[in-house]
Amino acid sequence: MKTLLVAEFREGKLRVKYSQLLAFAKELPTEASMFLVGSTSDLPQFDGTLYLADVAKYGEYNPTVHKQLLLDVIAKEQPDRIVFHHSSYGWDLAPRIAVALKAAQISEVMALADGEPVVPVCNAKLRRKIKSQTARTVLTLQAGAFGMEEDPVGTPTVVPIDTEACKKVECKGYEAARIEGVDLTKSEIIVSAGRGVGKPENIAMVQALAKALGGEYGGSRPVVDAGWVEHDRQVGTTGRTVTPKLYVACGISGAIQHLAGMKKSDFIVAINTDKDAPIGEVADVFVVADLKQFLPILTEKLQSR
Amino acid sequence: MNILICIKQVPDMESKFKINNEGSWYDRADLAWRMNEYDEYAVEQAVRLKEQVGDADLTVLCIGPDQVKETMKKALAMGCDRGVHVADNDAYQREPIEIASMIADFAKTKNFDIIFTGMQSQDRGSAQVGVMVAELLGIPAITTIVGFAFENGAVQVKRELEGGGKALVNTTTPVLLTCQLGLNTPRYPTLPNIMKAKKKELLTIAPDLSGLGARQETTAFYFPERKGGGIVLEGELPELAEKLIHLLKEKTGVLA
Repeated sequence: MKTLLVAEFREGKLRVKYSQLLAFAKELPTEASMFLVGSTSDLPQFDGTLYLADVAKYGEYNPTVHKQLLLDVIAKEQPDRIVFHHSSYGWDLAPRIAVALKAAQISEVMALADGEPVVPVCNAKLRRKIKSQTARTVLTLQAGAFGMEEDPVGTPTVVPIDTEACKKVECKGYEAARIEGVDLTKSEIIVSAGRGVGKPENIAMVQALAKALGGEYGGSRPVVDAGWVEHDRQVGTTGRTVTPKLYVACGISGAIQHLAGMKKSDFIVAINTDKDAPIGEVADVFVVADLKQFLPILTEKLQSR
Repeated sequence: MNILICIKQVPDMESKFKINNEGSWYDRADLAWRMNEYDEYAVEQAVRLKEQVGDADLTVLCIGPDQVKETMKKALAMGCDRGVHVADNDAYQREPIEIASMIADFAKTKNFDIIFTGMQSQDRGSAQVGVMVAELLGIPAITTIVGFAFENGAVQVKRELEGGGKALVNTTTPVLLTCQLGLNTPRYPTLPNIMKAKKKELLTIAPDLSGLGARQETTAFYFPERKGGGIVLEGELPELAEKLIHLLKEKTGVLA
């Protein structure tokens, strides 16, 4: 079996998470090679073939051109699997490859069971194990699902690649993440609000509990998008990744994007009416309660200690 | 402008799910259904574009059994002009490429300037369908947009990246855009608009199922095992609060 791993490059740098691709390949009996539109100045640590296109020539985000570069490598390398990150780069490029190859695409692989990929369904409340029925399979890997204990080592054998394909869209540049206000990454105690708070007025209960515990308050994506909690307090893949001593998730169901931003906290308390909520997978204590009734009681007891 | 918005009907994610008899998907009985959240942003962006340019026709498309028409009515009440219901009772078990083929088959002769879709569905969550539609039609696709502007035929979008940064991308029409949460604030349909929507065209068509074929097979469908070690507290609230405070004292240093 042969596996082609698709690494990423952004804002002049190799994305270090390529080690997750290597960790995935390690779980399979496979020979792995790598594809990258990047630069010889920042190469992945890996003993194998690296098909490298020059990012200065082809751009960091350029779907039609990257697709052609990758298809050319696939034609030459003949891999059984083409593996991407499930990321803004991977979920954009992978379906283009699957369509071109008429291959099965399996998205957001979180584990392998009996050698078959397992993916989440319904906001990670359910799991589906899938068998590909095509000769080649395109896979995208959930962020953080496959990891290596140690940093990868090695030196790739670089094979330069080129294409004549033209681009259809133009990437004009990047806008940096907003960094202002509170820095939750420095907080030791965080109390976060999720959709379960119900209405903006109830954010005050979450703030009150945060204050009683001597910490900061935060929010999951839906409450930030709704404008109930400020942007700089968003916890998750597109917000802050936090590792406090105590994380209290109030009415947060536990979407993967949120879990990725807080699951390494030392101690996690979830307060939720839905016992099946995926937040239960990472919670040290799961309080089955309606936060609107529970938070005021908890806050009062903490204040009167 | 001729605009297509593709939406999906999904169960409320807070539902109590059960597994179907075949062990291949969730049981569709006794669930509350709604518009896929990502698609609400797609509908809203299309309606705003029509408000901006004036001359635009918005077609909303949905694949599924008869019940999806309820969700389509919401899109019509939000401001879409007409609905196309692609009748398919098996849609729930179709793969992304099959759904994409059905949409592309409908769209290929209609010359849509912009196609809006959600970036993924809340249930299957493959994030494949939109890009595949564009590939089958041979038009550009830009995924995960959180910003959109249209001026003099040029499309400018912001793509969301990991870590909160954004990529600024320009293109021209025709183009397919997949919409991420936070792109806009989807409106609630007003009562007069709900009444008006009842009179809008909602056409049901039969899909061409020839040429569709499975590329993958579900070999198991199950609830995840709860990770051991987590303590579940249930009961009277004041007692729960005492127990939780006790646990925090015992297991963390934060209440010292």
